[in-house]
Amino acid sequence: MTLPLFFFYVFSTIAVISALMVISSRNPVHSVLFLILCFVNSAGIFMLAGAEFLALILIVVYVGAVAVLFLFVVMMLDVDFAGLRHGMLQYAPIGVIVGLILLVELLLVAGGFAIAPDIASSSVVPINPGIDNTRALGQVLYTRYVFVFQGAGAVLLVAMIGAIVLTLRHKQGVKRQDAGVQANRRVEDAMEVVKVKSGEGLRG
Amino acid sequence: MAVGLGHFLSVGAILFTLGVFGIFLNRKNVIIILMSVELILLAVNINFVAFSAVHNDLAGQVFALLILTVAAAEAAIGLAILVIFFRNRGTIAVDDINIMKG
Repeated sequence: MTLPLFFFYVFSTIAVISALMVISSRNPVHSVLFLILCFVNSAGIFMLAGAEFLALILIVVYVGAVAVLFLFVVMMLDVDFAGLRHGMLQYAPIGVIVGLILLVELLLVAGGFAIAPDIASSSVVPINPGIDNTRALGQVLYTRYVFVFQGAGAVLLVAMIGAIVLTLRHKQGVKRQDAGVQANRRVEDAMEVVKVKSGEGLRG
Repeated sequence: MAVGLGHFLSVGAILFTLGVFGIFLNRKNVIIILMSVELILLAVNINFVAFSAVHNDLAGQVFALLILTVAAAEAAIGLAILVIFFRNRGTIAVDDINIMKG
């Protein structure tokens, strides 16, 4: 067994086991942590396939942003997770049936297909072994796929604005600065000049 | 490539199946369902990267990058909806999410 194959088996075994733990864990916090483990091992698999940039982006984006977001939400919401697990095994049999059918179909497809022999010559963006993965990806992402790249940016922008607008909440009873009111304030509204008679003082 | 295409596709298939199974198993918990969707998208990404390496074509990695983007956006929006739903109703059980039911 060659060294890459050995590491592939290590990464894939841990990834599959942690994916199993994600869906079967009792505590959602453990689920998120196993999801992180699964992503890190998948990054190793990506690395073995030669996609170094994607592997590191997977760690940065998924582990650094998405998984932490999940962790925040799980810890922020005071949810009765034990109650949510009630009746869990009720759906397990049909889930097992659907999952098994899906797995058998996918493995049949994965084991049974053949690649057309001339497909390597018709590749859209051939990988040049002389330049590293990040540089090659950048060269093609900003030229050939620039509109797709801009579209991805637009998707992220819409998602960001949507998430902010959805969760924004105006609290009642919070004093805020209003520049217009401040600028329009006049001396007559703010203070009153009172003539006080000598010896009487001011009442009321 | 030292590792054959079948290995990558098998791992992708197993992860995809686990994601689908997770949706069935945790039918009431939206957070775990979102995590299962992330697993499914990860399996798709593994397939893209594997085919990219086998066919010596960089386009697959570009597509995987876009899937990554969409998955991140989906997670952010999904969790935001979850947070405001919990704020309004005090529960995230899927069975209770029926406000829009006619």
